[in-house]
Amino acid sequence: MTPFLYERAADREMALALGVRTGASFLGGGTNLIDLMRETIAHPTLLVDVTGLSCEIKDLGEAGLRIGAGAKNTAVAADRRVRERFPLLSQSILAGASAQIRNMATIGGNVLQRTRCSYFYDDASRCNKRTPNSGCDAVEGFNRYHAILGASPDCVATHPSDMCVALAALGATVTVEGMNGRREIPLVDLHRLPGNTPHIETELRDGELITAVTLPFNGLAARSSYRKIRDRASYAFALVSVASAVELADGKLTDVRLALGGVAHKPWRARAAEAIIIGNPASESVFRDAVEAEFAEARGLRDNAFKIGLAKRVIVDTLVKLTSQAEPTR
Amino acid sequence: MSVVQKVVQKAMKNAIALAPDSWMPGGAPDPLIREKHGLIGQPISRIDGPLKVSGQARFAAEYPIEGLTYAALHYSTIARGRIVNISTTEAEASAGVILVMTHLNAPRLKPAPAFGTNEKAAGGDDLAVMQDDRIHWNGQPIALVLAETQEQADHAQSLVRVHYQDEHGITSLEQAVAQGTEPGQFLGEPLKVAIGDAEKLFAAAPVKTDSVYRTPGHNHNPIELHAATLFWTGDELRIHDATQAVAHAAWTLAQVFDIKEEQVHVTSPFVGGGFGSKTLWRHQILAAAASRLVNRPVRIVLSREGVFRIVGGRALTEQRVAIGAQRDGGFDAIIHTGLTAMTPHNAMTEPFIVATRSLYAAKSFKLQVDTVKMNMIANTFMRAPGEAVGTFALESAIDELAMKIGIDPIELRIRNEPDKDPTLGLPFSQRGIVEAWRIGAERFGWSSRTTQPAARREGDWLVGIGCATATYPYYRMPGGAARITLTRDGNATVGVAAHEMGMGTATTHTQVAADRLGLPMDRVTFRYGDTDLPGVILAGGSQQTASIGAGVAAAHRALVAELLKLAGNDSPLAGLGPSEVGGLDGGLASLEDSDRRESYASILARAQREEITVEAEAPMPMEVQHWSMHSHGAMFCEARVNAVSGEIRISRFLGSFDCGRIINPKTAASQFRGGIIMGLGLALMEETQFDSRTGRIMNPSLAEYHVPVHLDVPKIEIMWTDEPDPRTPMGARGVGEIGITGVGAAVANAVYNATGKRVRDLPITLDKLL
Repeated sequence: MTPFLYERAADREMALALGVRTGASFLGGGTNLIDLMRETIAHPTLLVDVTGLSCEIKDLGEAGLRIGAGAKNTAVAADRRVRERFPLLSQSILAGASAQIRNMATIGGNVLQRTRCSYFYDDASRCNKRTPNSGCDAVEGFNRYHAILGASPDCVATHPSDMCVALAALGATVTVEGMNGRREIPLVDLHRLPGNTPHIETELRDGELITAVTLPFNGLAARSSYRKIRDRASYAFALVSVASAVELADGKLTDVRLALGGVAHKPWRARAAEAIIIGNPASESVFRDAVEAEFAEARGLRDNAFKIGLAKRVIVDTLVKLTSQAEPTR
Repeated sequence: MSVVQKVVQKAMKNAIALAPDSWMPGGAPDPLIREKHGLIGQPISRIDGPLKVSGQARFAAEYPIEGLTYAALHYSTIARGRIVNISTTEAEASAGVILVMTHLNAPRLKPAPAFGTNEKAAGGDDLAVMQDDRIHWNGQPIALVLAETQEQADHAQSLVRVHYQDEHGITSLEQAVAQGTEPGQFLGEPLKVAIGDAEKLFAAAPVKTDSVYRTPGHNHNPIELHAATLFWTGDELRIHDATQAVAHAAWTLAQVFDIKEEQVHVTSPFVGGGFGSKTLWRHQILAAAASRLVNRPVRIVLSREGVFRIVGGRALTEQRVAIGAQRDGGFDAIIHTGLTAMTPHNAMTEPFIVATRSLYAAKSFKLQVDTVKMNMIANTFMRAPGEAVGTFALESAIDELAMKIGIDPIELRIRNEPDKDPTLGLPFSQRGIVEAWRIGAERFGWSSRTTQPAARREGDWLVGIGCATATYPYYRMPGGAARITLTRDGNATVGVAAHEMGMGTATTHTQVAADRLGLPMDRVTFRYGDTDLPGVILAGGSQQTASIGAGVAAAHRALVAELLKLAGNDSPLAGLGPSEVGGLDGGLASLEDSDRRESYASILARAQREEITVEAEAPMPMEVQHWSMHSHGAMFCEARVNAVSGEIRISRFLGSFDCGRIINPKTAASQFRGGIIMGLGLALMEETQFDSRTGRIMNPSLAEYHVPVHLDVPKIEIMWTDEPDPRTPMGARGVGEIGITGVGAAVANAVYNATGKRVRDLPITLDKLL
């Protein structure tokens, strides 16, 4: 670990002022950043601890819920309002990491967690994300956890968050603040596909801080699920995860939200599939058409080609189950 | 009232005769095996439990020493080649740095004799340690930094800059095979058995199965990281090590530093898991060398990555199992051959055929292990080396054959039960596998199994059950010894250079010694984990209990002889010889007439002695020359496979064991359970990601190298026959390793029963079932 300075931000202004300094990184729970520092992958020279800033979960009524970026994962997953109105979010958080890590990890930090690609984590390996234009050892190496959608020859890494998959499905927006003011970014637009600049992972500008995540109200709570497929039963990243939610009226799907984890460099909102499903009656054949469209461009690598078929099966199965429940269950 | 107190109050009625001085044909069994009223067989809680849960048990990295320095290692990033240039300037200038040691300034060290090349050798490999610019594996330590704090050392090692000449080592199995194979050896013997013309009988057999099974490399991950705290006083080295071989470590370090064995003092009172990995690797040697250079004490704790880089694991295997049988199930031929990887610098072949040598009768055998050499960290012993992966192949093949014959797989096994060792011809010392199958099958509900696979479905889950035989040999290595000190106040201290790695050694041997001496447990102190104590005892091969047991029995004989001499003619014991007395109620008593007795206190008082100390060596382990000695188990697994996702979850497991007499049901059950859990990892998830392009291990952390988490482990039922082995000390055989054997096949067979899919490549991950 490279030596660094540590400052605890007393308020937002202080955090933003420190955050623009050279080599500064904001510190949430540290469950990812400190690991990366220990592995000598991240080398911040100044850590600005922002866990003292907002961790409030605020009820906005019809406008939804606003979650302070400092809120702990455990607190959000356990919040009664989250569990009642956005059970998908609670389920996704509880599917991730371990209880100890969730107790430390913050919402803002979770959004910004880095890939678990083992070549990214090993500074003896080539990685375009860690060292631009150095090459990628994952393309032809161990890539079971890697992308099948939206990857590039330069990077096949995936975003590892479970929570963000639910946030993508729920249409969450991220509040970002910097010295030049505040802006709202839809979560699905926050993370980037790798292209030829995989080291640029988000739309955040230097010194910008995520201060909140807002969940707009929806009518999807009754029929939603987060399904995470992994080799061991807990404490493993998703091979594929599926956040889904539907609204049924008169046998037709009036709203569908489908987002995928473990398949791309960002939480993957399955817009193509959604477009095919919306307005149609719930039927397995419609769902099959939808996944075929979504995965038309999917590409498998040495170890992960099975995920294309796996993702399709799990999505269809999940949608069939969600739409065939006689009584919405919660 | 605690269990201990209850047990203590259950006073024995009769003295127990001394143990025999060997376990040879015609000899008497250990009288303790018949004793039902003593401490043996009682589920006594670990005596070190309170120390451990309150943080009082001191592990190797926890010894406080004035002026301690902290070490960190820098590892190579190529698999083979040489160091053209190594720059340590930046590291040396970093805060707190005391020393940066490389091959350029390391003291002259001799290679550590590799494990298996000498009775006391404990080295992982016999390469020169930081003596030249050669690189032999990706991850080889090439620099050691000493600093005032661990953080300073860790940071400084990251500043070491190296320029390599990469000679591209042999890092893929294909390359290695192309270089040629060599016959494997294990414990000095060739891994080859040929009885009859197995290929011919196989070809002619009316029913047969012939498949290749593959198992990947595995890395050791004991919860306690490998660590040592050490210092020199002149030419004397004191090392607080995490080791399962104190005497071996001392001898091997003495060879490296060219000093006398007696000049190396190793202590290791608590070890947080070993499994075969806590022997002598680079870290202790380099830390001791650095300590000598700076003349300060050193603590070295490997990072988890460090354990993957410089501590060897289980080598990959590729095994062919072909069995030819008659239609009634009788085996004509068993062929078990294949290859495994090792390095040019170690002496360890993963001996995957060892279980096949003794499990089933057959008219012919062809068993052989060949090795290929790779540039990798030297592979080593890992819980049940050979059996853990060998039984996966053999017991999967038995299941495949049973399906082809149309016979219950348990019945097929029992039909081929041998009446003597099928490849050595020796009689069995004791063999209760059929009984283990019978009681296990009944308890598990085996009869509810549907023979047809993929026939049972509960919701999205396909459910199946499977079984396999577990087996592990009885070993007792030469070197057992013990010291007993008896004091006039009636307390005994038993000292053995043995190890407590969480198995319950201290507890079980306190029980055994107390029973032999006729003392309550609280009067007996069991000392271990220190080279000041007698014996060359490896906590490995599931042999430590037998080795300690034989050593203590020998010391006990010597003690009783001394006591009778001291008792003299004024004692009620006068005229009795050692074979006519036994320990009873704090003293010695006649076996014939327990009223004829004298307490230890009385004997010592009359002799005006405060204490008496004896030391003796165990007899050579000749019993293994006369009998085929093996433990067995019947393993039952219920697996659920998700029909949509292929996810596999184990919902039930039962192990029914035949391991001789169980000394402590509580600690033994934990050993069995722990082995089974490790077996579930072997079956479903453990896999070293060895990048065949670079020879680099790519998942050197517990986040990416998967072992079972709590949610992966169902309720595991354990049962045993508890039939003593008359040819072993205490009638016991080891229980440390057998638990992992058979599990891989039991899971694979259950998955087959659930899905109809036969997975022959471990681990059984969900993609293989889609």
